[in-house]
Amino acid sequence: MFKRSVYLDNNATTPLHPEVKKAMIKGLAIYGNASSLHSLGRLARNHIEEERNKVSSFIGAAPDELIFVGSGSEANNTVLNIFACKCPVCNSKTGCSKEIITSLVEHPCILRTSECLTEKGLKVLYVGVDAYGRIDMDRLSGMITEKTGIVSIMMANNETGTIMDIKNIAVMAHAKGALVHTDAVQAIGKVHVDVNDLGVDFLTISAHKIYGPKGVGALYIRKGTPFCPMIHGGHQEQGRRAGTENTLGIIGIGKAVEMLTREMDEEIPRLHALKEKLKSGMIASIPDIRFNGHPEYCLPGTLDVSFEGAEGESVLLYLDAEGIEVSTGSACASGSLDPSHVLLAMGVRTEEAHGSIRFSLGRENTEKDVDYVLSRLPVVIKKVRNISTAYNGRK
Amino acid sequence: MDWLYSEKVKDHFMNPRNVFSDENPFKYDAKGIVGNIKCGDEMAFYIKVDKQTGIITDCRWKTYGCASAIASTSVLSEKVKGMKLEEAYKISPRDLVAALEGLPDHKVHCSVLGDKALRAAIDDYYRKNGMDDKIKKIEAEIVCRCMNVTDHEIEEAVLEGARTYLDLQERTKLGTVCGGCKDRALELLDKYKKEHFS
Repeated sequence: MFKRSVYLDNNATTPLHPEVKKAMIKGLAIYGNASSLHSLGRLARNHIEEERNKVSSFIGAAPDELIFVGSGSEANNTVLNIFACKCPVCNSKTGCSKEIITSLVEHPCILRTSECLTEKGLKVLYVGVDAYGRIDMDRLSGMITEKTGIVSIMMANNETGTIMDIKNIAVMAHAKGALVHTDAVQAIGKVHVDVNDLGVDFLTISAHKIYGPKGVGALYIRKGTPFCPMIHGGHQEQGRRAGTENTLGIIGIGKAVEMLTREMDEEIPRLHALKEKLKSGMIASIPDIRFNGHPEYCLPGTLDVSFEGAEGESVLLYLDAEGIEVSTGSACASGSLDPSHVLLAMGVRTEEAHGSIRFSLGRENTEKDVDYVLSRLPVVIKKVRNISTAYNGRK
Repeated sequence: MDWLYSEKVKDHFMNPRNVFSDENPFKYDAKGIVGNIKCGDEMAFYIKVDKQTGIITDCRWKTYGCASAIASTSVLSEKVKGMKLEEAYKISPRDLVAALEGLPDHKVHCSVLGDKALRAAIDDYYRKNGMDDKIKKIEAEIVCRCMNVTDHEIEEAVLEGARTYLDLQERTKLGTVCGGCKDRALELLDKYKKEHFS
């Protein structure tokens, strides 16, 4: 039978944009250390600063408000760690007695860091979400007090695609004198992101989610905001992140952002249309499914679905055998015994969380891909449900 | 591209044998259901038994489970046909993992439901045929008296990934009060690690 290769896991990572690849191949020749004063060093420096301009202006920031880091996780760790720092400078500014507020649906790099900071004596509060995965704003407003040091909430969720109301969260937090961080790793390029419009103090970006390379990200730090580096030992990135700059990676993220600037206005509605086609096709051909995530405030290419009675890892592997690559919230796929913490926080039943599949579309996906998925998915779900003890729905 | 599991697992996962199908009703003499979908896996096993000889002549199964659960039960379903009940009773997860040419450590616990469901089905058969005396009373040894933790719970914990005494404490809370059970717990930890993973 005709088999097609369809990658639908773009929220996990994305393929390199061909233009990024070209720029990086050229960039391989640039070996100078950007801190050196000679010509080769200055050449690397010029490239880095040019890319910094591209990335910072893309989010409405000044170039000196943006540092390059090794990953989105590093940026998120850096921000939260400022509030546990007991050095005299940090102690007076951020106060290690301040509390952190984050949410139950954050990426593990926020949640694990929060747990670690709790062990160091910091108080961390977690706000919940509604059935669509949006932050419970009433609860959050009650949690923010003068003791709050920072509110860190993701801009869009990686599993459900649900988009948070960061603008309002920032207003609420600033009213009490707290700082605001948003992990915008999933949102960048898929929705409009402007640091001044959002009103945030910190914002995290990762290159490999936007058709750039792995191993490079960026952190926006609003001018005048208290900051303390997590990696010490060099003057790079205005003394905010030591380590010789990853020139090649930075060329990659710069080019990736440049391509977003050119393409995203057309790409967003295209992805949205593809997702709607996939969604309505599923509704028409597969009974007993539920969509997880907000029907309106949702990333254009993310569709998270629970197939009643069908265990997620089995669905994932049968789809993989058909050439279709997706991800699941099932515990079995992760190696842990608990299913997706995001879906559980939304009140999704455990068995539905085990049976959830995330389809995340990207720039290489076409209508033909969606047609192909719709030709195979109903067969796979039927097969898994036929084996299942837990499916008693319409036959 | 290499598959996540062995070729044998792939074969049984892609083409599971002896699945209980609603379209072709299977007349069974006994059934056993174990697990719970809330925990992420559930297994049902159905057997047909020749009354004269006590031999399992045919079987079917169904599961809400992952690839390793599907493959291990499929393998089990081929293995038990023609086996005497007493013999089938003794099949262990280790036998199935071997038949599957291995499973990653963290997936072994997914493969333990098949033989459990089979034993539940055999017990069901014994019960229905007035052979209650054959049902093996599983006697548990209480290892930690403070927290009331048995050897079975230690075995479960090992199957689910516990490798050190600390892991055991985390999962079962054993030895967190007086600590008097540490030596016995370490012995059992070692025994189950060897039994299931070496």
